[in-house]
Amino acid sequence: MSPVLRLTGISKRFGPLVANDGISLELNRGEVLALLGENGAGKSTLVSILFGHYVPDTGTIEAFGQPLPPGDPAAALAAGIGMVHQHFTLADNLSVLDNVMLGTEPLWRMSSRRAEARARLIATGARFGLGVNPDARIGRLSVGERQRVEILKALYREARVLILDEPTSVLTPREAESLFATLRQLVREGLSLIFISHKLDEVLRVSDRVAVLRAGKLVATLPAATADRASLAELMVGREVPRPTPKPHAPGGLVCEISDLTVHGEITAVSLTLRAGEITAVAGVSGNGQQALAEVLCGLRAPDAGRVAVAGRVLAADPRAWIAAGVARIPEDRQAAGVIGDLPLWENAMAEHYRTRFARRGLVRRRAARRFARQVIERFDVRAGGGVDTPARSLSGGNMQKLVLGRVLIGDASGTPPLLIVASQPTWGLDIGAVAFIHQQLLDACAHGAAVLLVSDDLDEIFLLADRIAVMHAGRLTAARPAAEWSLSAIGLAMASASPLEASRAG
Amino acid sequence: MRVEARGEVSRPMLVIAPFAAVAFTLVVASLFVAWAGAPLGRTYALIFDGGFGSRFAWSETLTRATPLMFTGLSAAVAFRARFYNIGAEGQLYAGALAAVAIGGLHGGTGFAAHPLLLFPAMLVAAMLAGALLLIVPALLRTRLGVDEVVTTLLLNFIVLLFVSMMLDGPMKDPAAMGWPQSVALQEELQLPKLIERTRVHTGLLWAVGLSMLLWLVLKYSTFGFAVRAVGANARGAAFAGVPVTRTVIVVALVSGALAGLAGAIEVAGRTTYVTLDMSPGYGYAGIVIAMLAGLNPLGIVAAAIFVAGVLVGADSMSRGVAVPTYIAEVIVAISLLSMLVATAFARYRLRWN
Repeated sequence: MSPVLRLTGISKRFGPLVANDGISLELNRGEVLALLGENGAGKSTLVSILFGHYVPDTGTIEAFGQPLPPGDPAAALAAGIGMVHQHFTLADNLSVLDNVMLGTEPLWRMSSRRAEARARLIATGARFGLGVNPDARIGRLSVGERQRVEILKALYREARVLILDEPTSVLTPREAESLFATLRQLVREGLSLIFISHKLDEVLRVSDRVAVLRAGKLVATLPAATADRASLAELMVGREVPRPTPKPHAPGGLVCEISDLTVHGEITAVSLTLRAGEITAVAGVSGNGQQALAEVLCGLRAPDAGRVAVAGRVLAADPRAWIAAGVARIPEDRQAAGVIGDLPLWENAMAEHYRTRFARRGLVRRRAARRFARQVIERFDVRAGGGVDTPARSLSGGNMQKLVLGRVLIGDASGTPPLLIVASQPTWGLDIGAVAFIHQQLLDACAHGAAVLLVSDDLDEIFLLADRIAVMHAGRLTAARPAAEWSLSAIGLAMASASPLEASRAG
Repeated sequence: MRVEARGEVSRPMLVIAPFAAVAFTLVVASLFVAWAGAPLGRTYALIFDGGFGSRFAWSETLTRATPLMFTGLSAAVAFRARFYNIGAEGQLYAGALAAVAIGGLHGGTGFAAHPLLLFPAMLVAAMLAGALLLIVPALLRTRLGVDEVVTTLLLNFIVLLFVSMMLDGPMKDPAAMGWPQSVALQEELQLPKLIERTRVHTGLLWAVGLSMLLWLVLKYSTFGFAVRAVGANARGAAFAGVPVTRTVIVVALVSGALAGLAGAIEVAGRTTYVTLDMSPGYGYAGIVIAMLAGLNPLGIVAAAIFVAGVLVGADSMSRGVAVPTYIAEVIVAISLLSMLVATAFARYRLRWN
């Protein structure tokens, strides 16, 4: 049987960067092929080429035996290639049916054939076990439901090859289970899937074959049945992956007390205590109020009710007050909030102290600031081509996060480490090497007596680092309990089950 | 053909951009010159001669460049913080009017204060007038998110009508034979000429000095860092503790003050009184100059001289060949567009398949 998709010698460069280097790959009918690789390994580029967003420098693509013209998304769609993006491309204010129909009808037709489309959508949903109310507004759907709409959208366009880009990154463990069931159903119906991920466990669970990319090259293609976690990790990184080692530490005094914190529409009566030398994790699917909690704890937002005391003092909703109080803040979105991309690395490094430590009579103390930046680069192994003058934008995700981390963890002039670390999704989207580094830094800071609040939707990360875990769902936080007392299923339940939406779907 | 982001912003391209833009502009403008039926080479030679070809040409160009430097700085400072002040034209008139209100000969006599006192008071009044005009747009923008492009642009018309009212009313010069023009500035307040028997005045030195000062402030001061940080990424700046709202408001006030100063210096250095046509669009040309200069205060000196030279040169060219002076506006407008495209090319590239 000929493969449904055949990529031959695909190469793509961006300036000096070789994103894809002579990649040849086949996808068979009814197969789930996992595309595994670190961030920056070239997965997204390869898929973008496949889907016609980029034109390869060399190489050809064949779909169902026919050559696919390069750089033509319409041709890819017509050939039956569908894509489910990690960040959904749905219009929130339109209904499911509208979203699915969008772009499928010629613009010049006066009346749209809604009834027909509706019937087809329902039939498609029934066939693949993807029940969604066609009249529901997208904005009211849960993330898992939205993803189903994305899949339906591709199926409605008669996709026979479906590409899923990190599909589980936004789902609860339970939603992920239901996604996996859907994928099996799709395969039974004869579809072929490309599943992009950097999570080893789920790759081993859902895929038939695994293609591992590293630094733009295809380093291995192997049947999932013969692969295991360790070997895949090593293929992906090219070396053995260090495991972070916690240093012995005992919880010390109370550093931060959060009591009955409420932000209307976001979080309700959240209480939590953070102690020195202890990592407390807030688990949960993102979008359940973690952002509001982190914003309050970064001094960006005033709570509507309740109080937060750091070292016994209630701080104003002004980042400067929190910085001055010794709170090291690591924002969720490093590109948008963590750095100022157009400014050089050294100005980013000093930004939190530009009017205090690094200022004299209204002028920036450039020499001191640059020295500080060099210290950050050295101590946190920030790889920057142009040294402290490199624009922050041109750093890779991992190096950018090391900069964000370094500038707050390195401590003040006297070397006093931070009192409290508020880290939101500190390793989101980073490669394994950078993740390990950042975990180690958090553990080390904790061993030196910092209180750490870790907000994350990555349960592996939480179990690896946290001493105590609390779970956030729909704006409410469970009591924090020692990590050993939580089982994976108990956390999964706390992350999802209490929701009325989930309950209604189950019933 | 498609547009693709470059991996990194190309530095050489950013430097070449203004020159490439000007060259491209001249090519496009030649189509219009040819359309007017004039000989191409001679037309450009006349523009160049008229703008830069003689001592007199230089003196006229520098005279014209002076207010353009102020309005260019006004736009550059604001745009650096992404506050898009399109109201420099109105702020210039407000500044000019305020200057005359303080330093003018009302009913034949001015305020009797010493010029050393009155001159700074006049400049401060002009700056305040320009800055005041931006307070409301700045607050609307920072509090309610109202687009300042709309508010500042529309304020221009309100200010012009107000100036018109004042020139026909309380500030009208009774000796002007019915022309709507303001009373004249006291003679002691007028700026001395920089070169004998030309119109170049010491306002040019003020403009160049301010350009250097603003360059230093943006580069070395904590305020300059705040401005650049807010302009590059307001959310990132806010996260790091830069007071975004306050920075935007201060930037707006500085921008308005600079445009107001343009009006005062123009009155004190060239016109000596306010008329409704004292600015042939200096406020708007300032935006072009700021963009041509890449929002760099030092670049503004050069960009203002270029634009002024084109305007002056086109005036004198139109007396020699049958091309209307409007070609100058075409050149300036196209140079802005091509500058925007050229800087875009430093960030993106075209791919042909």
